[in-house]
Order: sequence, then structure tokens, then C-alpha cells
Amino acid sequence: MGVGVQVEQLNAWFGATQALYDIAMQIPANHATAIIGPSGCGKSTFIRCLNRMHETVRDARLEGRVRIGAMEVYGNGTSAVEVRRRVGMVFQKPNPFPTMSIYDNVAAGLKLNGFHNRRVLDEVVERSLHMAALWDEVKDVLKKQSGASLSGGQQQRLCIARALAVQPEVMLMDEPASALDPISTSKIEELIFQLKEQYTIVIVTHNMQQAARVAEYTGFFLMGKLIEFDKTEKIFTNPSDKRTEDYITGRFG
Amino acid sequence: MPDRSRSRERFLAWRRTVADRLATGFAVLMTVLVVAPLLAVFSYLVVRGIGSLNLAFFTHLPVPVGEKGGGVANAIVGSAMILGIASLIGVPWGIGAGIYLAEYGRGRFASLLRFTADVLNGVPSIVIGIVAYALVVLTQKHFSALSGGVALGIMMIPTITRATEEVLLLVPLAVREAAWGLGVARWRATLSITLRTATAGVITAVMLAFARIAGETAPLLFTAFGNQFWNLNPNQPTAALPLQIFTYAISPFDEWHRLAWAGALVLIALIVGAVAMVRVVARRGMFQGAS
Repeated sequence: MGVGVQVEQLNAWFGATQALYDIAMQIPANHATAIIGPSGCGKSTFIRCLNRMHETVRDARLEGRVRIGAMEVYGNGTSAVEVRRRVGMVFQKPNPFPTMSIYDNVAAGLKLNGFHNRRVLDEVVERSLHMAALWDEVKDVLKKQSGASLSGGQQQRLCIARALAVQPEVMLMDEPASALDPISTSKIEELIFQLKEQYTIVIVTHNMQQAARVAEYTGFFLMGKLIEFDKTEKIFTNPSDKRTEDYITGRFG
Repeated sequence: MPDRSRSRERFLAWRRTVADRLATGFAVLMTVLVVAPLLAVFSYLVVRGIGSLNLAFFTHLPVPVGEKGGGVANAIVGSAMILGIASLIGVPWGIGAGIYLAEYGRGRFASLLRFTADVLNGVPSIVIGIVAYALVVLTQKHFSALSGGVALGIMMIPTITRATEEVLLLVPLAVREAAWGLGVARWRATLSITLRTATAGVITAVMLAFARIAGETAPLLFTAFGNQFWNLNPNQPTAALPLQIFTYAISPFDEWHRLAWAGALVLIALIVGAVAMVRVVARRGMFQGAS
């Protein structure tokens, strides 16, 4: 089951440049939450702070508090590896492991953490590929074809299956469909719709229609600040902030 | 006017075609020039060496001047032993240092390491032989395959280090991030994902280094030293193909000159064979690695 995400007083920097200012957000469990905003507004940086990917960038740092369920993401006793095991991530460009078969790609998270029971792995791989709506397309070539041999849309669903296989509680998606064609995009959106019954989903998107279609909650970022966070319906029909309204009506960005 | 512009267009098209042909021709010519010396060396070796090749050459020990027949069996085995020891030293050391430089190497220590590797790469092989002589031979007070292996192993390190660093840096950040995002520990991601993605490149690096040291003679002169008899003890003076070729080639005897040609042919063939074999095996293992 998914858990909620609480963010308080989050500030983030790249070197001397501040990328996020005092972000506070309560992301509800088992819903999809969209993060929208113009390029460079800090959307990606924000979700990369939730699973401690931000700190892998050189000279990047941050302050503030993030809780995933009961876990203090930046607590003293919490390791980045532990956080990332519970918070899955799907990236903008599909990034399957190029030298691994489809099966090994999905099983990678478990295998690399020392889990080798073949029967259980088989089950997990099948279930994850089913959930990612890819099973029927690849079931005959699981161990024969490399993950990189699939089409872009299939690769992205493979990456979703790979993230699901480690059974995270929260799933972060960084513009998961922006590099895909419309059909693949709609498949990914359908998937998000189903996944949110079991996972908390945070999705960064450039596409406002996409946010409106898949997410119950939406946060609007502008220049590193969270301008407005509310029910998606409210954001798109009756935003409280003038800047949100300007953005969704296409006046800038 | 339209006529003139049409003829000008035709002229331009003609010029483009000519330029294209010239550039292609130049590239082909250069390729031939690169391959030609290699083929020349190889075919000359075959012509001069094939006559002395027979089963005995591979299975017999060297014989004194004047006696017919004899072979280099001990030198083939000795070379294998010395190259094995060298690889045991050079491969893990070189790959380890390459991983450090690519994945963690920032700041002054890393620059120093890079610089050192580049300098070491340029050190004449005979100097490395002297170092191995001082370190191993003088300590043990006798020549040995071990000291030869140390000398050649040291020579492998910088080549493998720098090449491993290069190929690891070619692995996209997205692949590393995918691994980190799954909650895989950093060291594990480096070994099982980044290094594995770059396997083909790392193998090429190792093979280049291997081919380079396999024919080295100078560093073996006062380390492995050579031996006319069987020796399987890494602590004893040991024959090696390049040394045997050297001995035969500088001798005044025609029969030995023929043996030197045959030995050179065998040496080249073994190196090419080893490189090809490793490539085939590595390619076949590509998908099975983690399972």
C-alpha cells in the first residue's frame, strides 16, 4: 500500500544557485499528484529530493524535512539506499540496462540486493510486467532479448515494471511520457490510473492535459517556489493565485 | 539568365561529386596504408616461418646447434605462465584503478593518479624490467617467471587503468541513476551495472594491454632470463617465446634463424588467437552475466 509524503521547509541548491525555496506539501497516499510548471521551475529537482537523488549531483545540497510514511528521509539513521528502495523512480528518458535481458532488467532491483530465489523472481517478474501492461508483448522473449531492443514506449513500461518489482510505496515519475508517441503516452497514463490504487504516485509533467487526466492533486511550481497546491479540479477551474491562472491559460511558459 | 544559372548548378553538382569521390578515395587509401604494413609483416612471417613449423616445434625442447629438429614447447608454456602471472597482477589492479578514476576520482589525488598512469605508460619497458629486477630478482637472489610476470604486470596497469576509465565514462548517467533509483548500493551499482554495461570496452582494454606485453622481450632479459629446459616452477628461470626468438635471432646459425622466424609466427598467431577467443567468449556471455 502507498503512504503519504510530507514535505516541510524544503530548500535545495546546485552550488550557489538556489533551486527550491521553502517548499511545504502534503502528498496524500494512494493518489496521483501532478507537479506542473514551466521549464526550469524546479519540478524535477523537487521530486529528486524525495528519494535523495538530488544529492548524487555534484555540489548539490538541501535543507528541510521530508517524510515518507513514518520514515524521515533525511533523518540521521536513514540511508539513501533504504529510501530509494521504498521510493521508486521512473525517468524522463527510458533507461533500461542495455546489456541485460528483459527478465534481468525487471529482476535487477531484487537480484542486486542479494535476492536470488528463482521461483520468487519468476513470479515477481511476471507480476511486475503484468502491472506495467507489457507481459503479453514480451513474454516469449523474456530472456532472449535485451531491454534495449524494445521500442521507446515498451522500454518505458519496462522501466516501470523494474521499479514496481522492488515493491515501493511511493512512485516518482519524472515526465515519464514526454519522450513517447501519443499511443505509448496513453498507455502510460492508463497505467498510472491503475497503479494509484496501490501506490502513491508523484508525476512531473509538462503536459497540463495529462495532469488533468491522471492526477487528483496538482502542485504548480514557478521559479523554485510552490505557488499553489490543491485538488486538480480546483487548480484548473478556479485557481486561487493569479500566476497559476496565467500559466494554465497559456499566458506564459 | 535561366540558362546560365542552370549551367552553374550543373557545375556545382559536378564539383560536389568530384569532392565526394576524392574524400572517399582518400579515406580508402589511408585504410589500405594502415592495413598494408600489418599484412606485409604477417605474410613475410608466414613465408619465412612456415617451413620450420611441424609438430615437434610445439612439443619438443630446444636442441643444441647442429642437431636437427627441436622445438619451443618450454617457451610456449613459459610464456603462458609469465603472461598469466602478469594478468593476475595487471588486470585487477588496472580495472580497480580505472573504476576509481571514473566513478570516484575527483580532485588532486585523482589528477595525480592519472598523471602517474600516463607517465608509467611512457616508461621504456627495459626500465620496468630493471625495477622488477631490483624488487624481485635481487630479493630472491635468482631469476624467475614471477619476476618476469611482475615486470609485465606493471606494464599492463596504466593501459588498462586509462582505457577502463574511458569506457566507464561512456556509460550514460541515466544508467547509473536507474540503478541508484532502485535502491542499489553505490558499489554494487558500479560493479554490476556500470562495469557490466562497459564489459565489451573493458575486455578490449585488457586485450590491448595483453597483446602489448605478450611480445615484450627487454623486461624479461634479466627477470625471467630464459631456460633451455622444462620448468613449471614460477620461482625458477623460465623460457619465454620472445626470449627464445631473441636468442635464435642473434645467433650466427642459419638453422636457428629459421627457428626464430617460426617462433615469431607462433607468437603472433597465439596473441591473435587469445584475443579472438576472449572476444568470442565475452560476447556469448553477454546476456547470462547476472543469472
